Amino acid sequence: MTFSQETRDILYNGLWKQNPGIVQILGLCPLLAISSNVVNALSLGLATTLVMAVASGSVALIRNVIPHEIRIPAFVLIIAALVTVVELVMHAWMHALYIVLGVFLPLITTNCIVLARVEAFASKRSTTHSVLDATAMGLGLTGVLVTLGAMREIVGKGTLFSGIDLALGPMAKGWVIPVIPDYHGLLIAILPPGAFIGLGLLIALRNMLQERGVR
Amino acid sequence: MNGSPYILSQNNSVTVVMLKVLAALIPGVIAHVWFFGPGILVSLLLCSAFAIGFEAFILLMRGIPLKPFLSDGSALVTACLLALALPTLAPWWLYLTGIFFAVVVAKHLYGGLGQNPFNPAMVGYAALIVSFPVYMTQWAAPVGVAHTIPNLWEAFDLVFAGAGSISPDAYTSATVLDTWKTQVRLGKDAADILGQPIFGWAGGRGQESVAMMYLVGGLLLVSNRLTTWHIPFAFLAGITATAGALHLFDPAQHASPLFHLLSGGAMLGAFFIATDPVTAASTPRGKLIYAGLAGFLTVIIRTFGGYPDGVAFAILLMNVAVPFIDAYTQPRVFGHKRGGKRGQA
Repeated sequence: MTFSQETRDILYNGLWKQNPGIVQILGLCPLLAISSNVVNALSLGLATTLVMAVASGSVALIRNVIPHEIRIPAFVLIIAALVTVVELVMHAWMHALYIVLGVFLPLITTNCIVLARVEAFASKRSTTHSVLDATAMGLGLTGVLVTLGAMREIVGKGTLFSGIDLALGPMAKGWVIPVIPDYHGLLIAILPPGAFIGLGLLIALRNMLQERGVR
Repeated sequence: MNGSPYILSQNNSVTVVMLKVLAALIPGVIAHVWFFGPGILVSLLLCSAFAIGFEAFILLMRGIPLKPFLSDGSALVTACLLALALPTLAPWWLYLTGIFFAVVVAKHLYGGLGQNPFNPAMVGYAALIVSFPVYMTQWAAPVGVAHTIPNLWEAFDLVFAGAGSISPDAYTSATVLDTWKTQVRLGKDAADILGQPIFGWAGGRGQESVAMMYLVGGLLLVSNRLTTWHIPFAFLAGITATAGALHLFDPAQHASPLFHLLSGGAMLGAFFIATDPVTAASTPRGKLIYAGLAGFLTVIIRTFGGYPDGVAFAILLMNVAVPFIDAYTQPRVFGHKRGGKRGQA
């Protein structure tokens, strides 16, 4: 299967060139607060991606009937409705994870990256491309979240996938990988400073790779 | 706008200044050995070795010539200040982690000597106290309180092999700042608390004398014009004023200003840490504001915060404010009106 140039551009933009986490630096509040382990990061990342994809798709569908002057309130209403759906679904079927993610789940509504893609992309482009763009951006953000989550979890606790049973039920309890056995734990990596230091390192790494690529 | 650091006197290269700073620390180190045993020598040695190792590694990575930067002694000063701020007889990896944060994260990630906005030693300290609160509150007990004072070889053994069968309680105790805070919160009487064996005539037993020796070394620094009087004076004045006001307000809850001056990292902070020319304010008025507020914050954090000492956090917080303070305290250039443009004098 071959993609058109435009499709490839959208994917490349979302995942690397305009990556929301480490290039646009958007949506930092959940990024920094929830990335203390892989499971939380992945869950919130996927929830955000889902909201973004559906929101961008719906906005693109009705973009011609929304009056220009009140487009932002209309977008926010659509996003808020979708977030409520996701929140209720998680409340029903992933209650433990719902408790862990807490306020950051409803806060997806105010995540700038969701509104940014809707306003900058979906309100001007076709539905297919909008959904594709939102998905790529969402996955780009999820990628950063998971990488940061893995870094913080390994350095801070010496494990990977701790708390996976919250997402997948008690049968997943044995799936936690002890990366460093008998580890004292570097608490600062789990605490907020760890998120800032980790994000800074990721941005630096991305810039370095980018420069190498140009040369 | 002016940038720091400034050269205050002639014939003072970075290396000479750093060596003089190290020399000024010697009285404090001697007092430390006298009152707490030779454990401090182990942590000084370890921190210095780790710091030089990290410094060389990063310099190699950055493609910077090793010799001039490694021999400037700045890494050594950072290492010694951090070693003096940390508990002795702690596990070796505690020192390794602290030096990593000080030299690699706080100094080189920001661009190396002269580019770092935060005091490297205090970043190392803050990272450790946030990460390992248990180890950071086990301080070597002074002679007269401890059951055993480890000699040099036993100290090496404790640092590298761990306590083993000896309970840490035999040679460690909480700091006086910690004890004061927890006991006051339990509602104990101030006189009762001060009567405990780890308290001396003003601060912690032994610790107060070490602090006096830092004061001596610090005064030598000031009299040799390696630092101006502004920062140490304002820092200590800030502590005295804040602690004094609290003490007058409620002596049962708040310790005396002298206690605050002679316990924890106050003296070391005032003369050796807050005065770091890279991260401190550089104008005379700016220095007074910077250090005064740092002293104020130290007492506030000690009194109302959850951590055992406030010096590190206070200095780091004021480091953030330095560019702002410097911008607003530029002295009037002769022939110019304050805030006026060139030629309007």
